[in-house]
Amino acid sequence: MSELSFVDVTVRYGRTTAVDGVSLDVPAGEVVGLVGESGSGKSTLARAAVGLVPLAGGRITLGSEPVPTWGRHRPLQMVFQDPYSSLDPRMTVGESVAEAMPPGRSRATRRAEVARLLELVHLDPASAGALPSRLSGGQRQRVALARALAANPTVIIADEITSALDVSIQGAVLNLVRELRRELGLSILFISHNLAVVRYVASHVAVMRGGRIVEHGPAARVLTDPSHDYTRELLAAVPGRTTRRSQP
Amino acid sequence: MTPTVATPIRTGPLARPWVRFGARRLGRLLVSLWVLVTASFAMIHLIPGDPVRGALGPTAPAELVAARRQALGLDDPILTQYLHYLKGLVTGDLGTSLSSRLPVSDVVAQRLPATLALAVLAFLAAVVVAIPLGVAMGVLTRRGHGRRTELAFTTTSIIVATIPDFLIGVALVYVFGVRLGWLPVAGDDTAAAYVLPVFSLAIGPAAILARIVRVEMVGVLDADFVRTARAKRLPARTVYLGHALPNAVTAALTLSGLLLGAMVAGTVLVENVFAWPGLGSTIVQSILTKDYPVVQAIVLVYGVGVLVVNTVVDVALARLDPRSLIRED
Amino acid sequence: MRRRWSGVIRTPLGLTAAVLTVAVLALAVLGPVLWGTGADVIDTDDILAQPSAGHWAGTDNLGRDILFRVLVAARLSVVLALLAVAIAVVAGLLLGCAPFLAGRRLGRLVSAAVNIAVAFPGLLLALFFAVVFGVGATGAVLAIGLAGAPAFARLTQTLVAGVAARDFVAAARVAGVGRLRILFRHVLPNIAEPLVVNATISAGNALLSFAGLSFLGLGVQSPSYDWGRLLYDGIGAIYVNPAAALAPGAAVLLAGLGFNLFGESVAKRLGIGTGPSVAPMARTAPAPEAHTEATPTDVVLDVRDLEVTVPGEAGPVRPVRGVTFQVRRGEAVGIVGESGCGKSLTALAVTCLVGDHGRVDATRLELLGHDLRAPDTAVRRGILGTSLAMVFQDPMTSFNPARRVGGQLAEVATHHQGMTRRAAADRAVDRLAAVRIPDADTRARQYPHEFSGGMRQRAMIGMGLMGTPALIVADEPTTALDVTVQQQVLDLLAAIRAADDVALVLISHDVAVVRDVCDRVMVMYAGRIVEDLPAADLADSARHPYTRALVDAVPDMTTDLSQPLATIPGRPVAPADVPPGCAYAARCPLADARCRAEDPPLTADPDHRVACWHAGEPLPDRQSADQLVESP
Repeated sequence: MSELSFVDVTVRYGRTTAVDGVSLDVPAGEVVGLVGESGSGKSTLARAAVGLVPLAGGRITLGSEPVPTWGRHRPLQMVFQDPYSSLDPRMTVGESVAEAMPPGRSRATRRAEVARLLELVHLDPASAGALPSRLSGGQRQRVALARALAANPTVIIADEITSALDVSIQGAVLNLVRELRRELGLSILFISHNLAVVRYVASHVAVMRGGRIVEHGPAARVLTDPSHDYTRELLAAVPGRTTRRSQP
Repeated sequence: MTPTVATPIRTGPLARPWVRFGARRLGRLLVSLWVLVTASFAMIHLIPGDPVRGALGPTAPAELVAARRQALGLDDPILTQYLHYLKGLVTGDLGTSLSSRLPVSDVVAQRLPATLALAVLAFLAAVVVAIPLGVAMGVLTRRGHGRRTELAFTTTSIIVATIPDFLIGVALVYVFGVRLGWLPVAGDDTAAAYVLPVFSLAIGPAAILARIVRVEMVGVLDADFVRTARAKRLPARTVYLGHALPNAVTAALTLSGLLLGAMVAGTVLVENVFAWPGLGSTIVQSILTKDYPVVQAIVLVYGVGVLVVNTVVDVALARLDPRSLIRED
Repeated sequence: MRRRWSGVIRTPLGLTAAVLTVAVLALAVLGPVLWGTGADVIDTDDILAQPSAGHWAGTDNLGRDILFRVLVAARLSVVLALLAVAIAVVAGLLLGCAPFLAGRRLGRLVSAAVNIAVAFPGLLLALFFAVVFGVGATGAVLAIGLAGAPAFARLTQTLVAGVAARDFVAAARVAGVGRLRILFRHVLPNIAEPLVVNATISAGNALLSFAGLSFLGLGVQSPSYDWGRLLYDGIGAIYVNPAAALAPGAAVLLAGLGFNLFGESVAKRLGIGTGPSVAPMARTAPAPEAHTEATPTDVVLDVRDLEVTVPGEAGPVRPVRGVTFQVRRGEAVGIVGESGCGKSLTALAVTCLVGDHGRVDATRLELLGHDLRAPDTAVRRGILGTSLAMVFQDPMTSFNPARRVGGQLAEVATHHQGMTRRAAADRAVDRLAAVRIPDADTRARQYPHEFSGGMRQRAMIGMGLMGTPALIVADEPTTALDVTVQQQVLDLLAAIRAADDVALVLISHDVAVVRDVCDRVMVMYAGRIVEDLPAADLADSARHPYTRALVDAVPDMTTDLSQPLATIPGRPVAPADVPPGCAYAARCPLADARCRAEDPPLTADPDHRVACWHAGEPLPDRQSADQLVESP
């Protein structure tokens, strides 16, 4: 159906191998969390999937077809980490969202569609005329989500979308991710370094290190009873597991 | 998330990263030199019409033109001429002047020292004045201080930088030569004769340099590592001179290299104002008399000078500021 | 944007430049119309005359009025300059955008070619092209235009690369938008402003270059004349009639200045403005203290009524408004809050590092009994340098990139502890080893960029350990680090504290880290402490609604997966918009009229201070999804 599959994917930057023979599946309608630290290659894997960096080996398929990386039909979309870089400061919210829509529709249809998408992400449809400078970080991420949805994707890749947000706002975006999966049946590859956040949204988890997947499986299992040492190390490093107070 | 990983500890002769950088930069220099040489060769062949005819004039007899063309090898295939030209460069034969019939290398050798002296002195004057001035201004106008000083300084430096060197030269000629008669305004016979040309050439670049150094200094004073130095409670003198200054100067150094290039070009104009016996006045004459071999050679000399200076500056910069190597590595 | 451009005219510099530019353009249009015939009048009886009533600038070698000729020459000078700039801009744009449109190989080739061309000064290139195209106006236009193209290409390239790296361009590519469309829709509009400004300055420079070329005799040829040509003619007569050279010289100067200054004023206005400044901290004697209770002797840091004022767009702003707390020997205190709450500024203020960024006022500010509000002396610097250690957030930029790490550590010892350079260097290596950096000896001789982020933070801590600190102030020390590296750094801090009874003030937005490391936690909101409680009580006994919301909003490994995550509606209040009452009232489910009118004070109980009229009251149930709809 619309399963996203990475099969033995390799990506190189000059002499370094950022992604080394990664195989990973995102089943239809599921959220798969991809966890790793800096330099693990998780962002590179995402960029390779949407065609922003070339593959040195392997293939990436959606259903049984390779993921289209040119042309206007793009069923695989991405939302980026930095809310202050993801929107063109000179385009209104409505224009940014409409840009991702398939071409060939009347202006009225586009406007209606933009309003519908903004409501989907719990933003006031009247904000379609606003410039990004008036929005907060959390609101901008919602617009970025709406834009990704405008292309009618079957799979969305979320690359650290809450890492740059304040704590009080982060929850709203995470709730939205769960809601979109539930209501639209979207598959989501959710990339994050924060295990607690991944646990909240994902049903499956894959752990990446040094360009390779070291462990993957159901979230409940991986995050409570990991089999790989590195996963154990990551879990132990989550703040709150141990205490360093002088007066406990 | 910090993307860097610790650099492994290397050993051996290529351990020093700036040596590797220097080697790569040298490669780039050679390529640029080749482009320059080819461009100066192509220059003549891009001119519409016959260069010899152009030099000798429309009334010269056809046989003379043909003979001269034969002598200069202008009827040979282009590739042969190119190789001949390259060979000439290597052996020091730059051709013969079309108007004076003298070897071009003699002409260049005779005129080069005057231009070199002018350019070097002007460069030194500009750097010696501009860098301390820029640093002092930077300290005076750091964040939260000296807004009016900044406005006055920036405006003055823009105005001074905008006035073309030859205009300054003309004004100085008028004031000091025509009116006051204090300083010589032609030739390079005495030490006093250097004053006005050097000043005309150096003042504009000095203003630009001082302005940039000030901006860099203000930026550096606001940088995180200067805050760290203050957090270590080092005395102000150490913070400014030991931490801020070296980092501000690296940008100034890069710019100095560019300014030297601009100054080289400036000699062309200034030499014409002050009847300075250098390459600048020669090249203009040669262009007007269509004496192309001389033009070619002088363009080459200027170009080589600029490229070499840029390379030296880059390598010196790499030695002083290790960060600039990261990109290359 | 139009407002910003019109703001340029308001500055005296911008106004002068604008007036000059408009005057020059007007002259270019009207000059020949008004004075064209007058400029051509030949009067062989009155050649090379001095300035007089009839001829304000005298006459040239054919008796023509020089002033009229200068006025009429404006058109040719301006037109030629604008043509040259047009050529430079178009060629530069094409070359500069090529790497973005073409593939990687071709792009790199174009880049390399431009880099080589940029190395040559403009005048040299102009001479080169002047030889090829021949002397005269056409040749000169092409020469100056093409000579200016590499610089423009380089500028365009840099600007395009900057925009192309932003995520909205990547998003457009992922949506399938073609490169050409992206160039026109996204890239060019975002680089238009700097390009236009540079084009304006280039117009000024082109004008001056033209004057230069014509002055050499290589530009405009007789019988046409531009300002440069008039200069060329005038120089020959300078001993007889200096006005013949000074008049066109002045014209060139004013026109060039007009364009350049206008461009520079716009650049200044659109760039980073210098902004209003706040008077530096006044050196007055400290006010007599209202409270005279004896300070316990084990208090390391004593802060009372701390305020920080910084310049803002609409007047001074107070991001820190009355912070009071004490840190005892060996105690770890955390300051937690979201962006804009003032926690970082508090850390800088208590360590006297605010400097020129703002003004610090406090009723009391003492480190180990020393008054930090007193003027800076060598003695005080010595105390601060050895008893206080700072760790900043960004390890990438906190070290001087041009000096070796060991030297930067040793500095502390040579300046404050009187050690010799040898002894200080040894101590530096010893400290690097103490913070668990392997091969400390070799690493000390390396530069900061050769260290990883975690190593740099550890080196920062090592730098603070050169003396014998009684207090470590760490501002978001692990935010920029991976979680496993964060572990190592926090472990290190714990070990140091345990070994020497060192106090710690840890600032972070990460509640989990603060709860993990600190004995006591202070929660800040909008420049005030809203709650100060033992870390162990954070989870269950917090009494301020914001603290509770904050704790609830952070997911951890035990969060209930069947419920939506708690959120706090609205956004943190900006320091410039702090309301008169409780700053949290707009987002608080318990807020009433009193909250909005009166700011609650911090209660005095030393074990658990709260600033809330409804402290401890039960919160209503979680909000429904409808209330989450947001408007900008």
